[in-house]
Amino acid sequence: MTAPAGAAHGPDAAHAEHHHEPSFLRKYVFSTDHKVIAIQFLFYSLFFLLVGGALAMLIRWQLGFPGQPLPGAGVLGDEAAPGGVIAPKFYLSLVTMHATYMIFFAVMPLLVGTFANYLIPLKIGAPDMAFPRLNMWSFWLMIPAGVLALAGLVVEGGSAAAGWTAYAPLANTPDYTGVTTGQILWCLSIAVFAASSLLGSVNYITTIINLRAPGMVWFRLPLSVWALFITAILAILAVPILAGAVIMLLFDQILHTHFYLPAVGGQPLLWQHLFWFFGHPEVYILILPAMGIVSEIIANGSRKPIFGYHTMVYAIIGIAFLGWMVWGHHMFQSGMNPILGTSFMVSTVLIAVPTAIKVFNWMGTMWRGRLWLHTPMLNAIAFVAMFVIGGLSGIFMASTPVDMYIHDTYFIVAHIHYVLFGGSLFAIFAGIYFWFPKMFGRMMNERLGKLHFWTTFVAYNATFFPMHLLGIAGHMRRIYDPNAYRFLQPLQPLNTFISVSAFVLFAAQLPFIVNFFWSMFRGRPAGMNPWRDNGLEWTVPSPPPHGNFAATPKVLHGPYEFSHPDTGEDFLPQDQPLPTRPGA
Amino acid sequence: MRHWWFPENASSYGGDLDSLFYLILYITGAVFIIVEVGLLWFVLRYRTRGGAAAGGPGRAKAYYIEGSTRAELIWTAIPAVLVVIIAVFSQRLWSELKDPANVPPDAQPIGVMVKQFEWQFTMAGADGRLGTDDDITRKDHLTVQVDQAYQLELQSIDVIHSFFVPAFRLKQDAVPGMTTRAWFRATRIGEYEVACAELCGLGHYRMPARLVVLSAEDFTRWQAAEAPPPAGGGGGQ
Repeated sequence: MTAPAGAAHGPDAAHAEHHHEPSFLRKYVFSTDHKVIAIQFLFYSLFFLLVGGALAMLIRWQLGFPGQPLPGAGVLGDEAAPGGVIAPKFYLSLVTMHATYMIFFAVMPLLVGTFANYLIPLKIGAPDMAFPRLNMWSFWLMIPAGVLALAGLVVEGGSAAAGWTAYAPLANTPDYTGVTTGQILWCLSIAVFAASSLLGSVNYITTIINLRAPGMVWFRLPLSVWALFITAILAILAVPILAGAVIMLLFDQILHTHFYLPAVGGQPLLWQHLFWFFGHPEVYILILPAMGIVSEIIANGSRKPIFGYHTMVYAIIGIAFLGWMVWGHHMFQSGMNPILGTSFMVSTVLIAVPTAIKVFNWMGTMWRGRLWLHTPMLNAIAFVAMFVIGGLSGIFMASTPVDMYIHDTYFIVAHIHYVLFGGSLFAIFAGIYFWFPKMFGRMMNERLGKLHFWTTFVAYNATFFPMHLLGIAGHMRRIYDPNAYRFLQPLQPLNTFISVSAFVLFAAQLPFIVNFFWSMFRGRPAGMNPWRDNGLEWTVPSPPPHGNFAATPKVLHGPYEFSHPDTGEDFLPQDQPLPTRPGA
Repeated sequence: MRHWWFPENASSYGGDLDSLFYLILYITGAVFIIVEVGLLWFVLRYRTRGGAAAGGPGRAKAYYIEGSTRAELIWTAIPAVLVVIIAVFSQRLWSELKDPANVPPDAQPIGVMVKQFEWQFTMAGADGRLGTDDDITRKDHLTVQVDQAYQLELQSIDVIHSFFVPAFRLKQDAVPGMTTRAWFRATRIGEYEVACAELCGLGHYRMPARLVVLSAEDFTRWQAAEAPPPAGGGGGQ
């Protein structure tokens, strides 16, 4: 397959080149430059990561020290925390909004806002996205979505309190939660988020199909771009389902329809089917780009070609494909026909196969490498080590009978955090440390980076690993005070230990924050290619100029030619020719 | 510390469920050890002390290999076989638990009506049937006979709740507008807790109900003592 020339890229970019000095507003605020938009997404989602983390601290305070006043919590007001003690309703809002912020406003925009925007054009040799204005809109729609999501915290009645899964009829009947406005705001914010996500996805897909530089054939695409491409396809198909389902939920509340209300003929399980038909592909939206990022960094840090590049591509496609037929594994105990449970179990355990291929291929990449354990590489290895735990614990839940016991317990909470924190977030940290020099032209501090990595890694495991034990002991999730049950009372020391670990984990992010802002202004200048990598983004200055490439690059080979026996250096950028063997 | 693991099993199928859990634990545990030890070993074995300042791990090169179809086939096939084994064993137990044909024929009915934030249990009287005069209805309290099978018929008045008895390894959602079913056979005399496992509102965290398992004699005595007095005026036709 031949790639179309990257030089032909629509009227927008050509038009922009005529304006030599765009105003500050056009350059940094309402920018159509994919790199600026990526950095906007970065700040946006790191802000929500911090807010989501802060909510988690409040949750952990209540579980670690139930009923005790939290020093300083008086500022939350008498409704949320009378006398500093977190109230049950506020607790449920915390649980709901922690997940909502983390999934929709932190991890997803980090992966498919920040990294997709930053990496796709640079890595495929394009000057920008195919639709730069849609791209700008994709970011600016996230502002109202985020404001709506935050507004719940201050309106009367508080935020949505029905869980991020918003199960009907709890979510669409205000009487059942005591939350009216907050739940409406939640629905609206998710609907606006969905619009933003769709604009982004259509852009990524079009750009990857149409704007690849000459020679960038499909099987020379970096795995990160492959992963982002497949992810965008997942998102463009899954997110509209969520949008539709949420709008129906909203109609049930404000227009008194009854899609999900059983008293008048609606079906509560319809919501669950629609939500998880989105929700499970969503899990892969949150993990495939992370896998792509990690593939880049493990090859770089091992100084070796990725082991089994083609298989890695097929594994991404396989996971995405299977991801469409597993949603029912969230519903084994819901009253869904048990025969359906069987088929969903089979499709779910099959996902272990492409996942195992990826894990062992990453290990194969490290095998006999010359490991350069820079901070991105440490985070990437941690991704593999932690994601494996999340993947393996998923098999317990996939087994329908075992799920009957561990469903809705802390075993699930442990699992999701091993996938989304141990997996996605370690990959995000790896990616930030790796591409920060390209984004800002300066290196992040390695010593602070390693401090951040090791403290996070230890505190993370101390926080989430014991949650498996809670789950095995039967500890339900989303309960305000476990001591209401006699069988959970002996678990209090474990809960307290988890909470203290969580506080340490939160504090361990301080070196990252300091490093991030300090390095932006004072870091060592990075130069063009500090990691001695092969991607096209490393062949242009850091940060790359508007339009990225002075001349459209010609791609001559795949992205992972590390340690090729016939090259002088141990890497070979994609626009440099492979040496011909003497005598060949 | 013994509280930090499974509660002691008290149902006929809980032991099978635990065994299945251990089977998966051993299989995934082996994979876990292979991967984690492998990663650690590779890190220690192949790390270089170049550092960023030296611009990478020096001039020497790593072993150049792009993959190995044979190795990849091995680590495709082994996980595939393992998950099939897990699925087959899971399906056997699942069908025992959920196939309507496998509900014990002697199962006595129990009606469960749940709402925010309480359980109401209707137990059959001596006639073994629901909807008759000797039904015993209790709030947050359920008494059953050891070694006797029961089938729950769960209904919810308001939102989704989930009937969860950790000691029985039993969980089943109660969905408004539907009747869901689950069965159990308690194997140990004692008192257990019923919990709500599905977020159902502000009081979700405080929905414990008592589940008392009595010996056959005690149960008969309890049933006789608790049975409502016969309704006057020939109500019990």
